[in-house]
Amino acid sequence: MWDYSEKVKQHFFNPKNAKLVSDANARGDVGSISCGDALSLSLKVNPDTEIIEDAGFQTFGCGSAIASSSALTEIIIGKTIDDALKVTNQEIADYLDGLPPEKMHCSVMGMEALHAAVANYRGEVLEDDHEEGELICKCFAIDDLMIKRVVKANGLQSLEEVVNYTKAGGACTSCHEKIEWVLDEALAEMAEAGIDVAAVAKAKAKVAAPQPEIAASSKPQAVTESSSEDDAELAKRKAIIEQVIDEVRPAVHADGGDIHLVDVEDHLVFVSMSGNCSGCGLSGLTLANLEIKISDALGETVTVFPLQPSYDEAEKKEATYDL
Amino acid sequence: MIYEAVKTESLPKTVYLDNNATTRIDPQVLETMLPFLSDYYGNPSSIHQLGATVGHAMAKAREQVQLLMGAEHASEVVFTSCATEATATAIMSAVEAMPDRKEIITSVVEHPATLQLCQHLERKGYKVHWIGVDNKGRLDIDAFRAALSEQVAVVSIMWANNETGTLFPVEKLAKLAKSVGAQMHVDAVQVAGKYPINVQHTDIDMMSISGHKFHAPKGVGALYLRRGTRFRPLLRGGHQERGRRAGTENAASIIGLGMASEIAYHAMAGETARQSMMRDRLEQGLLARIPSCFVTGNPQERVANTTNIAFEYIEGEALLLMLNQVGVACSSGSACTSGSLEPSHVMKAMNIPFTAAHGTLRFSLSRFTTDDDIDAVLAELPAIVARLRMLSPYWDNDANCGSSEMFAPAYA
Repeated sequence: MWDYSEKVKQHFFNPKNAKLVSDANARGDVGSISCGDALSLSLKVNPDTEIIEDAGFQTFGCGSAIASSSALTEIIIGKTIDDALKVTNQEIADYLDGLPPEKMHCSVMGMEALHAAVANYRGEVLEDDHEEGELICKCFAIDDLMIKRVVKANGLQSLEEVVNYTKAGGACTSCHEKIEWVLDEALAEMAEAGIDVAAVAKAKAKVAAPQPEIAASSKPQAVTESSSEDDAELAKRKAIIEQVIDEVRPAVHADGGDIHLVDVEDHLVFVSMSGNCSGCGLSGLTLANLEIKISDALGETVTVFPLQPSYDEAEKKEATYDL
Repeated sequence: MIYEAVKTESLPKTVYLDNNATTRIDPQVLETMLPFLSDYYGNPSSIHQLGATVGHAMAKAREQVQLLMGAEHASEVVFTSCATEATATAIMSAVEAMPDRKEIITSVVEHPATLQLCQHLERKGYKVHWIGVDNKGRLDIDAFRAALSEQVAVVSIMWANNETGTLFPVEKLAKLAKSVGAQMHVDAVQVAGKYPINVQHTDIDMMSISGHKFHAPKGVGALYLRRGTRFRPLLRGGHQERGRRAGTENAASIIGLGMASEIAYHAMAGETARQSMMRDRLEQGLLARIPSCFVTGNPQERVANTTNIAFEYIEGEALLLMLNQVGVACSSGSACTSGSLEPSHVMKAMNIPFTAAHGTLRFSLSRFTTDDDIDAVLAELPAIVARLRMLSPYWDNDANCGSSEMFAPAYA
């Protein structure tokens, strides 16, 4: 049986706002019956003040999915939609006095439903970036597709590198055997496509190897052509990310470590961690927290990857491949 | 005393219908075991009286398990720590004993003890024939026949499925396996003590059973190993079990397994009738009281104690939590209950409609199940299902029916 908090049980057995708001003017539907959880969130937003006056949910799913939906409605009622959008899935979990790691996706579903509802209210369309791979790391909810993508992009060759780059396997370690299978598959696929893993690794190491301060302020060695408009946009996003990292840095310093932004590629944010952080089992938790804060600040979902600053292998050929 | 709080008397009464997961130890079994956890602590391998007493009790236990299995010789019984060990021993022995044969036949609905071991062997280079099932969980016999060849080292098939209770025709399959010289292993965990076995009159070479599924303690199982079967031990380093399973024996539990086997053997005929009547009453009662639900597996061919019912448009873990609240214990094939987040491979293999794949409940009865237990479920479950459906976006409360089309989110 799952180890649910009393608060989760309360919200499961006596859910709040389990209803369809009759005069709703915003609706967010996420999930699917074949995946095992689905949530319909209906909101009544005051058009003048943009305050969420009422919220209701209908949920198909397990105990924590129902409890997370109930908690979400309690949290957002009375907030403006801008303030509600700042609610992270971690806040939903905290409101419930925590969720088991394997159940964190339930709180994510709540957050997604809220974003869908706000998009619906504003007449926008959200980008659906869901992917369906086999879940490998349950602690950090990382699937095989994600691992393969990072392996290929960075030329990773060992389990240790995969753990450092993706967080997968960084907590309970029970998925290490599976990670090695995925790594082997990815390397085989690269070999089949005629891609030299070592060359990719070398190219990436160039980006990651310089002192973090320099790397953070210099332009990333992106090979793809980009217009100056894109550059300006990227610089703006990086400035926002830098600001978030500056905010968390004192906490990291307190633990005897340091953290710096290295690169941003689409929805991937690469950071370098040094000192006590880099080998620490809890660094994954720090990163998960950082990921939420950055996503929040940018208003988009990003994934934070830690790079090892020392990661460099001398005997590698020149770069021939970039993602 | 620290364990006072967990004594059964101090727990609220539980309607326990999860006997395919594990069973309570029969008080008579416990009584037989206790002296071997206190006074008779000798090593059964020792020459002295204290050891010999344990050795003699174990010899009796071996005969009791022989009786339950219907084996020709008591020496064909090898005690193990669990059925998973027995199954691993059987499959690994077969592939090691016949190194020239590089193929394995098994089914897609096996217990993970078989499934994951075969996946492991597949990665080591073995060719594994995964035989599928139809929507009632019946094995694809044509595919089975087609997979047979003299390349096959071992066929490993379960006798009854743990989730649905559906029986496979293992005696017929064993005959087919024998025709190509493959060894036949049967996972009999869910039939032992529930369904008559007479292994000596079959072509089964090896068979795994687990004690805690029929009122013996956890941590003890047995492998039937037909005399003359080529064998390689999994655990080496001792003469115990005639060198077939090294390691000092879990004597008290083995003696308990023996007692449990004898009791189950004599109770079987009566219990099969009694439990199937209660099971059918539960099943028919739920189907009559609750709309949009159905039985999974093959109701014509299954063990007497099991029913698996799929409830559409709701999720199994939520059902279990609410049942637990009213003191009913059962289990679900839902992804969210297993700790693995993967939906049950058995339900997936049977292609259960996706509206119901996450809402299955398994009720499994035992010798200790009473009519009151059945009444309790019939009284509680309909309201629980109704309550969860009221919360579900797939359920129309006015029409009292569900639909997967009424809710189709743009964002998966």
